[in-house]
Amino acid sequence: MSVLEVEGLSKEFPIRSGLLQRETGRVRAVQDVSFVIGRGETLALVGESGCGKTTVSRCILRALPPTKGAIRFSPEEGKTIDMAPLSRRALRPLRRHIQMIFQDPYASLNPRMMVGDIIAEPLLVNGMPAAQRTKRVRELLDLVGLPGVARTRFPHAFSGGQRQRIGIARALALDPSLIVADEPVSALDVSVQAQIINLLLDLQDRLRLSMLFVAHDLGVVRHVSDRVAVMYVGRIVETAPTTALYARPLHPYTEALLAAVPKADPALRDQVSAPRGEIADPSNPPPGCAFHPRCPYAQDRCRVELPVLREIAPAHWSACHRSAELSLRGVA
Amino acid sequence: MADEPVNTARHALSVRDLVVDFDQDNRPVRALDGVSLDLHAGRVLGVVGESGCGKSVTARAILRLIDRPGRIVSGRVLLDPGSPEQQDLAGLDPESRAMRAVRGGRIGLIFQEPMTALSVHYTVGNQIIEAMRAHSDISKAAARERVIALLHEVGIPRPERRIDAYPFQLSGGLRQRVGIALALAADPQIVIADEPTTALDVTTQAQILALLRRLQRTKGVALMLITHDMGVIAQMADDVAVMYLGRIVEFASVAQLFAAPRHPYTRALLRSVPNLRAAPRERLATIGGAVPHPGARPVGCPFHPRCPEVIDGRCTTQAPPEIQPGGSGASCFHATAEASA
Repeated sequence: MSVLEVEGLSKEFPIRSGLLQRETGRVRAVQDVSFVIGRGETLALVGESGCGKTTVSRCILRALPPTKGAIRFSPEEGKTIDMAPLSRRALRPLRRHIQMIFQDPYASLNPRMMVGDIIAEPLLVNGMPAAQRTKRVRELLDLVGLPGVARTRFPHAFSGGQRQRIGIARALALDPSLIVADEPVSALDVSVQAQIINLLLDLQDRLRLSMLFVAHDLGVVRHVSDRVAVMYVGRIVETAPTTALYARPLHPYTEALLAAVPKADPALRDQVSAPRGEIADPSNPPPGCAFHPRCPYAQDRCRVELPVLREIAPAHWSACHRSAELSLRGVA
Repeated sequence: MADEPVNTARHALSVRDLVVDFDQDNRPVRALDGVSLDLHAGRVLGVVGESGCGKSVTARAILRLIDRPGRIVSGRVLLDPGSPEQQDLAGLDPESRAMRAVRGGRIGLIFQEPMTALSVHYTVGNQIIEAMRAHSDISKAAARERVIALLHEVGIPRPERRIDAYPFQLSGGLRQRVGIALALAADPQIVIADEPTTALDVTTQAQILALLRRLQRTKGVALMLITHDMGVIAQMADDVAVMYLGRIVEFASVAQLFAAPRHPYTRALLRSVPNLRAAPRERLATIGGAVPHPGARPVGCPFHPRCPEVIDGRCTTQAPPEIQPGGSGASCFHATAEASA
């Protein structure tokens, strides 16, 4: 049973130029993306800048209208709504069920509001009486590991990690069915990052959170996600349960990503390598498989024919013509 | 310690007891609290720590780029220490001709965001040619040839065309390659790189780190690499200085640091790094609390309020012994007890 089913999602942005700002082309930021998030499950969407992962998350939040595709959301069991075609007005009752955790805890909190009011705001908007609100704010502060006195302080009095806890408390206020977290720990120092990762793991266990976790750091993703979807130039190129994806990647791009991460062990220096070339331009992607100009395994077919996602091993999908024959290197 | 390699490499730069204050509301806040380190030709010194630890301030102080309200209170920054040409950069006027010759000449600088160093108004070529000609007597035409060769060396495809590109026409990865070319324009013996790959994607980061490593080896420069990323340290450094709250708390060879870290902060930092081999939903070891504000520096050992191994009455009142300049070890009462045992 799933909380979210995304099917065939595409998002194009027009490229305008000239005096009349006529449309001269289109950036296909997201192309034909499909995935499912089960109740209590965390799916990580990973990839490098420009791969479309943030555009996907913004479409799900309907901060952007999708060009094509369905976004079927189940706020509660037995009730499913396709959000893709809905108007702003029709979306409004659904919004409380999907909440967001932002990358930058500094920018996402109103500096003029006391922390208690920031966390209570979604409760107030949804008509909870004052006495209940106060009680709920206390609960939430406790849940994210902040002292009760935090209620009457302003955001600037808190460190980066504490501000991220405030952001998490606000996101949890209305018991959302789905959390979309966009790079929630990438602005934090490692010691603080570890605290927030552990907090997210605790919350996943205690509240059975369903989460879309958008991130570029494969180390962080390994700790928090149940499944991973890897994006490259607007498309999902591989998706699998986390352990399987790291142990035995089936797409050469995933192999390249894992190999490029600097390992915190000088003995593994020789195992770090960089793929050749640069990330393709999404406004002018290469024909065939978008990764082929950088792929050490590319053949003629890869230069002309777009590979589709196929299930190579149970629950392990890869969009590579050669997935079944290649033996790629993981990190297990 | 017998396991430490003896450093016979030539000293390129020695920093001794460097103290930097920033005035905040008419009150001095100590940003660097007695930092000593050495850079050696052909070696990479990794400087690692969390934000506010003073790693960038150290780099800026060496280059005399500390602006008001910051100032060097005391200490020395010796270029070519022990040689007849020894200069103390800490004693120079930051705007002096001598200091300008050092900055970008003897010492190259690579920034996190290459656009910090590059102007949007001039082509890549013009800027590197200018940097080259500021530090050597060379004609424009000859400089142009050398810049094309340099751009090729840092891995820029079709350099004879890219030399006339403006920075905004290049991708982030290419821009950082240009930033590296700019730092190397005057053939410096020392390069300071401040988080050079933090703004880059992981595949681009791997390319840039490999490039830095190759250039550092072939040119034999002393590289000071500042980063918050223990992975980058493990990948790149020969020696490592771990900083906390304006002090070097541990100094070690990279192998020693990762195999047997001696300072509780280093140990905690290493355990808190997310691991590609983690078990599903594996928790990370954490350090309690957060880095204190430098204006509220704890007495005794600056790490004691967060330290799991704190000795009450000792770490809370006395400063642990400093690491001897040029030596290795940890500034921690536990580590010194080990060493003398």
